[in-house]
Amino acid sequence: MLRVKAICLARCVHLAASWGKLADKYLSKRTKKSRTSLLNYRTSRNNNSKIMERKELPGILVSEIGGPFGVLESHVEFLKMHFNLITMKEFQKSKEELREKIKSVFVFEGRPLVDRELLESLPDLRVIGNSGVGVNHLDLKLISSFGVKITNTPHAVSDSTADIGMALMLASARRLVEGCDIAMSPQTKHFCVDWLGVEVTRATLGIIGMGNIGYKVAKRAKAFDMNILYHNRNRRKEEEQVVGATYCKTIEELLQRSDFVMLVVNLTSETHKLIGKKELGLMKPTAILINICRGAVVDQDALAEALQNGIIKAAALDVTDPEPLPRDHQLLQLKNVIITPHIGTATVQALRMMTEEAVENILAVLNDRPIPSEVYPN
Amino acid sequence: MAKQNCRPYTLISAIGGIDGVYEDHVEFLEQHLKLITMQEFLENQQELSQKIEAIYLWFKKPAATRELLQSLPNLKVIANSGVGVDHLDLKLISSFGVKVANTPFAVVNPTADLGIALLLASARRLVEGYQIAVSPETKYFKADWLGEDVSGATLGIIGMGHIGYKVAQRAKAFEMKILYHNRNRRAVDEEQAVGAVYCQQMEDLLQQADFVILCVALTSQTRSLIGEKELKLMKSSAILINICRGQVVDQDALVKALQNKVIKAAALDVTYPEPLPRDHPLLQLKNVIITPHIGSATVKSRRCMMISMVESILDGVNGLPIPNEVHG
Repeated sequence: MLRVKAICLARCVHLAASWGKLADKYLSKRTKKSRTSLLNYRTSRNNNSKIMERKELPGILVSEIGGPFGVLESHVEFLKMHFNLITMKEFQKSKEELREKIKSVFVFEGRPLVDRELLESLPDLRVIGNSGVGVNHLDLKLISSFGVKITNTPHAVSDSTADIGMALMLASARRLVEGCDIAMSPQTKHFCVDWLGVEVTRATLGIIGMGNIGYKVAKRAKAFDMNILYHNRNRRKEEEQVVGATYCKTIEELLQRSDFVMLVVNLTSETHKLIGKKELGLMKPTAILINICRGAVVDQDALAEALQNGIIKAAALDVTDPEPLPRDHQLLQLKNVIITPHIGTATVQALRMMTEEAVENILAVLNDRPIPSEVYPN
Repeated sequence: MAKQNCRPYTLISAIGGIDGVYEDHVEFLEQHLKLITMQEFLENQQELSQKIEAIYLWFKKPAATRELLQSLPNLKVIANSGVGVDHLDLKLISSFGVKVANTPFAVVNPTADLGIALLLASARRLVEGYQIAVSPETKYFKADWLGEDVSGATLGIIGMGHIGYKVAQRAKAFEMKILYHNRNRRAVDEEQAVGAVYCQQMEDLLQQADFVILCVALTSQTRSLIGEKELKLMKSSAILINICRGQVVDQDALVKALQNKVIKAAALDVTYPEPLPRDHPLLQLKNVIITPHIGSATVKSRRCMMISMVESILDGVNGLPIPNEVHG
């Protein structure tokens, strides 16, 4: 019994390790060649799929293909190698015929909506494979109550999201968007020499949430000789050493000491409105807040007020609540705010890796293998 | 000549305004220098022309013309803000026996930071994305709106001096593959520290890089270094970043290359001239980010520059060796 458990554990570790290695391989060998070689590698690990006829492939439900919200057209071929791809439209047309075929749902950009009605209509559903690491849009308890597993893609998102965190920190510190506007404005006659930003090198960065993404942010910030503070549910002593980060037991301490505060937490009931009026008040008036996790981690009204009254200097937000913000929202009017349209993983490579990681997780569930990234309700 | 007072008379263009010495630098400056504005000088040229021993040349002003040099017989040193001296006629200045100093160290970190900022902003289409996020027309965010990954991509650094090397250090943390081209190859341990691979031929670098960043000084050899031929060698998916001098790039060739998708995009902190004429084609292109020459535009850096310039002036006036002297 123990031996079986040990083997399972070893396989789990091997899978996780090989995922990491594959991720690294993908990232460091970025060429213009097609990715079929990598895809074949993945395919060959699941020999059953290769020899199965198309009609015997497990059904996977997606919202739609193409368009502004659908699964990318360029990913369809890969998905069809492993699954019988069924769109919501097709499912709604032929529910009786398709309901038992659907073993999995691939949730991309929060769609399709996984509610009780959908779960009740899919009796053979075994897994919800989410593209992306955040699962705050999924009712984990509800899904679990149907005996359905949930998986996410923590590895595929981390580099590109950390990159966006750095991009936003640098852009807001150096007033890049404002500067671009000046450089390109029809009104500009000369460049003022006293138009200044603030230095990133050797400044203090406070990372709130040092998981995969937060740690990658720290690694990048280290190269700018930044003084790195972090606050996390759990201390990470080994990682601290590698990046020279200082653990702040209290979030208050981090807020008071930082020139830049970067939010990199999951959205849970504990992190909802983590940054409110009190927290903003603790920050330096010269400090800049960067949010690359979820809009709801910040009390947006408090943020707008703080920015208007000079409580903090500026903010850079890749995420808001909702997305997009209503067009008359205060935050859109403020000069000292940069907002980007949730592009943390908006690269060809990151999305590709997310689909691949989601598929790997879904197949692991369907084939009763150790699951690399299962998510559990609290 | 009898020594005047301890503070050397130093010519500046003006205090404050769009191109003058910063008001909040004046206190420190006045502790060490006797500042004379151009206006004061012109009003009292006879008395002051003999006394002025230094020029504090803040962002190209006052211009070091032959006429000015001739009117300052006791001028010993010109302290220039920033590292670039391409706007100075070094031979001319030298012929008057005047030394020139720049501020190479004050600019290094913020310029390297801005280089990475522009690289990230153009790769991830940050400015475009911002415009979408705040536009009154925006109803939803599209899932298929994508940029390019920086992590794991190949960066080609043309000019690996102080600034280029700091760019390399930062890029390494993004797990970028780093190629560089330089007049001289760097020491092996320096290369290894950032994992940089030397390309003796610039062409090799251009063909392999996903991002090309220009960090050279402007000299007769680097003028129009990047022209039509070089742009054609680059990948059609590549992005060009310029943080050194506008004249290092053949701007007309760049416009054509961007219009015809010979390269993907460009991010320019420097152009020629600055600012560009408002009808210039570079301002109309969607795949160009331009910033108003802000490589060293941080409070900290400008203060460091100012202090460095004061030190150079004091050394020069007192006949001491000037660490940041620029030799013609």
